[in-house]
Amino acid sequence: MSTPDPLPEYLRQSPAVAARFAKLKERPVVMEIDRLSRQFPGEHGPVTALRDISLKIHRRELVCVIGPSGCGKSTLIRIIAGLDEPTSGRMLVDGKETSGPSPERGMVFQGYTLFPWRTVKQNVLFGLEMAGRASSEAEADARQWIDLVGLRNFADNYPHQLSGGMKQRVAIARALAPNPRVLLMDEPFGALDAQTRAQMQSHLLEIWRNVDVTILFITHDLDEAILLADRIIVLKANPGEIQEVIEVSVPRPRSLEQLQSPEFQATRRRLDELIHPKLHAPAEHLPITRLTQVGDDVE
Amino acid sequence: MSRPRWFAVRQELSPLRRRLLGGVAFLLPLLLWSIVSYVPFIWHPNIKVIEPGEVSWMRPGLQIPRADFAKEVATAQAAGVRPPTGERANPIYLPPPHAVGRALYTAFTTAPVLKGDLWLHESLAMSLKTIFWGFLISSAIGVPLGILCGAFVSASRLSEPFVDFVRYMPAPAFGALMVAVLGIHLEPKVAIIVIGTFFQQVLVVANTVRKVDGGLIEAAQTLGAKRRQLVLRVLLPASLPDLYNDLRILLGWAWTYLIVAEVVGVSSGITFFINQQAKYRSFDNVYAAILIIGFIGLATDQVLAFVGERLFVWKNPRPSRVRRFISATMARLLPAAPTEETTPAA
Repeated sequence: MSTPDPLPEYLRQSPAVAARFAKLKERPVVMEIDRLSRQFPGEHGPVTALRDISLKIHRRELVCVIGPSGCGKSTLIRIIAGLDEPTSGRMLVDGKETSGPSPERGMVFQGYTLFPWRTVKQNVLFGLEMAGRASSEAEADARQWIDLVGLRNFADNYPHQLSGGMKQRVAIARALAPNPRVLLMDEPFGALDAQTRAQMQSHLLEIWRNVDVTILFITHDLDEAILLADRIIVLKANPGEIQEVIEVSVPRPRSLEQLQSPEFQATRRRLDELIHPKLHAPAEHLPITRLTQVGDDVE
Repeated sequence: MSRPRWFAVRQELSPLRRRLLGGVAFLLPLLLWSIVSYVPFIWHPNIKVIEPGEVSWMRPGLQIPRADFAKEVATAQAAGVRPPTGERANPIYLPPPHAVGRALYTAFTTAPVLKGDLWLHESLAMSLKTIFWGFLISSAIGVPLGILCGAFVSASRLSEPFVDFVRYMPAPAFGALMVAVLGIHLEPKVAIIVIGTFFQQVLVVANTVRKVDGGLIEAAQTLGAKRRQLVLRVLLPASLPDLYNDLRILLGWAWTYLIVAEVVGVSSGITFFINQQAKYRSFDNVYAAILIIGFIGLATDQVLAFVGERLFVWKNPRPSRVRRFISATMARLLPAAPTEETTPAA
């Protein structure tokens, strides 16, 4: 085995990627999060889950939020969706302050949350019905979204007849149907098996390429974040604060083959250091005694 | 593989065995009853007089305890008079199965003893009417109120403590009051059933609505659903199958209140029939009437279960055979588009 090439600096961008980011930053800001904090009452005084989170997301940007468990990623996305209230700070979409949930911020949950009494088509129609859209026009719209996620032949099936991956596609179509400005995704592929997850990641990129939507994606899977994101927001726990924002230098269009590319590996290593600092420190000695008799020593 | 066992902890039985046991569940009590009725030496504590002999007070058909009868026979023999003869019999309150079976038919065809009393079918119609109105009125208020309590914590805090309090008051305790307020005919009986059902109903319905997955509410909110839509378009349809089952169970409770309701004011309906027949000591008719209540209850429940399964297809994870056939054929006829997963997980 030859010695591997030294990895490039993870922030170094090729000219094409740098140009892309420059263009991206010229686009209007769709969503702005301004010094958002959230405290929860705890046994020994309030616990700060999020502190002073500020973030600007440009139009058609795909931003991933990543962090160790308990860093408040889910709290953050729930506040953005309007399902939870911040203790302080504010949220703007297209320059207007938000209050409460709204179809302009569509959400895809980890637990699918499809309406089990509605068929695939009726699920996708839900948001359009809430908006009071005329039914024939809305149905044509719903059909388009179902086609987009590749479920044409399952339009009249009930959720319990679908696999996990298919359910999550319905959830994506349902969230996109009312034309949200921002699509919020809370670990949407976390419950799927590895193979389906990989399929869904490419599928999401494909959808994003064809739809004018800005995506905020929460995950704890480092590869997933690098594969999908323009920028990765790395949170740290206790209190939940932004640790670092990484502009991913992996060129687009992305594919699973890039997992081995030097840019990918460099970013991956940096994320690893940020999220699992313990793994890179020398292992602490655990007092383990041998409990069973072993015939031969395999060490 | 070894043969499936009859007693394996928490293991499903084959459909055949399930049906078999279901049949045995009914046959076993019937068998027990038949043995006690037809095999003389099992119980039969009485002697039924066939021929009174020269014992002046005996009449054919009279039943007396075996010991007393033996004493009379001994006395008669000692006095040199003709002793009475008789056969062993069960007490009159335990008629044999065939007598009850016959009564199931004859109870409908026999005119009431007193002129003006109701025939059995009229009594039954009366009971069904009482149940119907009682359950309808209770549900018409109880179900919406329960849904409100399940949807809004403030509604629940406002009504449930009081509902919980009244729930512990036995419905029959309101009997005298209801007669004073509503008269002696149908109305107070319906009221008793309403009182007995309503308060339970509110709590049960509220609980069922509360069990709806909160994720569905949140998903609906992010899709633009407002308060009214969350209740009517999410909570209601999501809990409908369970509400339907709740009502099925509550209908069973309404039947138990029927019997006490019917002795309030002027005794009426199936209870009146049962009490009358017991007075005439026609216990075969009494059993027949009780069995008929059971049959009506079981039949309604089965019909409602059958209807419910078809009403809420989305809740039923096991598609019917017809449905499976259709979807299998469809899958064969329409090759899936390349982007699609062709095998949904079972």
